[in-house]
Amino acid sequence: MPSTDTVKAPPPDREPAVKKRSTERPGDRIFRGTAVGAATVILVALAGVAIFLTVEGLPGLTAEPDAMSGQASFAGYALRLVYGTLLAAVIALVVATPLSIGMALVISHYAPRRLATPLGYVVDLLAAVPSVVYGLWGILFLGPRMGDLFRWLEENLGFIPLFAGPAAGSGRTIFTAGLVLAIMVLPIITAICREIFAQTPKLHEEAALALGATRWEMVRMAVFPYARSGMVSATMLGLGRALGETMAVAMVLAASGTGFVTLNLISTQNPNTIAANIAREFPEATGTSVNVLIASGLVLFVITFAVNFAARAIVARSGKKMNR
Amino acid sequence: MTTLEKNPTPVREDMPLSGPRLPAYAPLLAVVAAIAVGGALALVLGAGVVAAAFLAIVAFVVLLPLWSRIVEGKRSAVDRLVAALVWVALLAAIVPLVSLIWTVVSKGAPALSADFFTYSMRSVFGDAQGGIYHALIGTVLVTIAATIISVPIGIFTAIYLVEYGTGSRLARSITFLVDVMTGIPSIVAGLFAYALFVLFFGPGVRMGFGGSVALSLLMIPVVVRSTEEMLKLVPGELREAAYALGVPKWRTITKVVLPTAMSGIVTGVTLAIARVIGETAPLLIIAGKTDSVNFNLFDERMATLPVFIYYSYTQPGLPASAGHERAWGAALVLIAIVMILNVLARVIGKAFAPKTGR
Amino acid sequence: MAKSIDVSDLDIYYGDFLAVQGVNMTIRARSVTAFIGPSGCGKSTYLRSLNRMHEVIPGARVEGKIVVDGQDLYGNGVDPVAVRRQIGMVFQRPNPFPTMSIYDNVLAGNRLNAKKMKKSEADTIVERSLKGANLWGEVKDRLGKPGMGLSGGQQQRLCIARAIAVEPEVLLMDEPCSALDPISTSAIEDLIHELKSQYTIVIVTHNMQQAARVSDETGFFNLKGAGQPGHLVEFNPTEKVFANPDNEATEAYISGRFG
Repeated sequence: MPSTDTVKAPPPDREPAVKKRSTERPGDRIFRGTAVGAATVILVALAGVAIFLTVEGLPGLTAEPDAMSGQASFAGYALRLVYGTLLAAVIALVVATPLSIGMALVISHYAPRRLATPLGYVVDLLAAVPSVVYGLWGILFLGPRMGDLFRWLEENLGFIPLFAGPAAGSGRTIFTAGLVLAIMVLPIITAICREIFAQTPKLHEEAALALGATRWEMVRMAVFPYARSGMVSATMLGLGRALGETMAVAMVLAASGTGFVTLNLISTQNPNTIAANIAREFPEATGTSVNVLIASGLVLFVITFAVNFAARAIVARSGKKMNR
Repeated sequence: MTTLEKNPTPVREDMPLSGPRLPAYAPLLAVVAAIAVGGALALVLGAGVVAAAFLAIVAFVVLLPLWSRIVEGKRSAVDRLVAALVWVALLAAIVPLVSLIWTVVSKGAPALSADFFTYSMRSVFGDAQGGIYHALIGTVLVTIAATIISVPIGIFTAIYLVEYGTGSRLARSITFLVDVMTGIPSIVAGLFAYALFVLFFGPGVRMGFGGSVALSLLMIPVVVRSTEEMLKLVPGELREAAYALGVPKWRTITKVVLPTAMSGIVTGVTLAIARVIGETAPLLIIAGKTDSVNFNLFDERMATLPVFIYYSYTQPGLPASAGHERAWGAALVLIAIVMILNVLARVIGKAFAPKTGR
Repeated sequence: MAKSIDVSDLDIYYGDFLAVQGVNMTIRARSVTAFIGPSGCGKSTYLRSLNRMHEVIPGARVEGKIVVDGQDLYGNGVDPVAVRRQIGMVFQRPNPFPTMSIYDNVLAGNRLNAKKMKKSEADTIVERSLKGANLWGEVKDRLGKPGMGLSGGQQQRLCIARAIAVEPEVLLMDEPCSALDPISTSAIEDLIHELKSQYTIVIVTHNMQQAARVSDETGFFNLKGAGQPGHLVEFNPTEKVFANPDNEATEAYISGRFG
């Protein structure tokens, strides 16, 4: 791989490189070739993902309404699902972000060290549970209990659009799905946050404490400013995970692909999420419905890509700032 | 501070170090009081245990800071409020975990028996004895195939990134693409495998190997990341020492760098396996569902444990309780496998870590 | 302001490890007291115990008494936060808050106590503190700029300004010049001379000339042996310590025969 960065004087720069390579031992050449080849496979694989999904998805864009649960256009079909996806992810983040930051603070700054290490393991444990098990738990354990809460919310707070009802007694609504998603993204956000919190320079923490700051004031003066961009990007990565999470939502959420775009969180009228919709429809799908589902998958891919990209960009930018 | 405001250069004679403070047992007392309040309110309102716990927590978060506000002042009160909140956050995250594990164990344990592991679901109707044999076989085969694809690609890519490509354009784009891959939703990986295999086998294709390809897509970035981290930890002096002895680069890598990083790499690979072994969505798409044992990765549908759980729940048959029990049983087995892999990864990481001077 | 500190029979532990043993001394008000000694002899640990900063490290505790203004710092009901508010500290490496401007850095401590400060009041404190730290002339035109943009010596003086902005009784300095060049060091030493008219200053230094230049009294810390706790060998007026020390170990250290 001749580096194209050294544009200034390519001939003298490349000559020795070529000569060096020709004197390279066969073993070195093979090994290097394998390493480059493996790296190229990743390049090809991702290009493949984009190309194949596009090729198989394109026919879905012009599909007949009966392949799209009766929607007239793909845009109409996809937008509802995008709404469902975003709604579930936003609920998850609203719940998970404060909890994660709290948990990360306990592990990095509040808990005595003997307790902090096992707590870290617990967080990892939370991350290790497969999503299908979360789904099972969400539907059989959490759902019915949420159902009671929903009925109470409808009776007492029904005037708020969020709780307009009719309450789903099974509890299998976007709100419950969002809660399960929140539990699933918790460990991701917590792990990143606790890492950054723990990296806060001792110097700045001591500066705050020496001025007579309480523990919380120290966190606010030294830890949060240092970790701000990391916290944002952790949340974004959690968002990326929540958007793409499939099975838990597919099992918990009893919503059709054609629900209404509404803020009502406690009924089953909301549209499904893209991922869950694919999981539910794909096994039985034939003909252009398959293409429609693949096209919706492409939409999901683009959304998660954008979110993850933004998260990395924030990290990269702040990384430069901190190096100054 | 009030004296300071009146007089910009005061000569303070007093130096208050000890304000009124809450006793050390104050948080404990607040917990007890909060539980009492929560319990009493729940009794009055006729609410259940969950509501009582919730009320107790709210009472705690209000009581302790309020008490502190009265005795110690505003700053301490805020400090105690935040401390209470972060611990409550921890509690709120641990309660679902405990509940989940308790539910899975208590509901799954009755389903476990020797037959559960040795029977498939072929021709099982109603509550007749069925098992997860076919799904276990499928999960093991699909995961092994995925590991065989991902590990060489992942490790060699990491070697390229650390040893050969530093700073080159290819390396930078690979790093970027690995980041992108980390974010691919698992269902999209399944769709990709499907779209790929459709080209060769026509619409409606289902095979276990497709699942392996999809899982590889999820596994490769994890392997690359962890291996890269481990290789970067190998000190440059070790490499230079080998070069100085006239050892060629590839032998340096295979004989010096990789052995030094090996425990970390194995840990990373084990964690990657633990991550994909519970994946459901891609296998639902491409490996499909069957009730029979299938040993051939390249032909026909193949049952896997996560997909088995999904279908045992969504299509439990009659009576539904039998299907649900099998779902819980399989979930328990799956969680156990994942936990064992996680523990194994830690043990490997600890046991085979290169002995440093410390 | 400015108080004297009476230390009696002070032992400092990290967990079960005894780091510093049996210190007795009286630090006079409005004077500069320097601690010298070889690395690891516990002089920094001892300094940090004077405003309960060593408690930041888990497992650290003390036995004995440190009395300031008639109050034991480790007595019942004493709030470490209040102690640190009254006994300010300057660290080895300058540590201005990176996200705050110079102005906000100076006010960081004050803002903790008085949430709502009038602008004019805040301006007064900033100007007075920066002047007190001999930094006003250099930064008065860029108070809104980040504190990290200053040179190392300026940053350290900013940290001193931040410490004196809350008008503490005592100022502790933990090798404040060890990360600075000679010119910045001399600026800080001049500043210490000026500050001692208002504050009780305690400084830990590796540099014996510095101790001789700035301090009125000097304490020499040493280890009893490898793995043994550190202890106070000698505590005397600085001229005496450097000209005619009581203890042989002190003389050996000062004449450069060890450490």
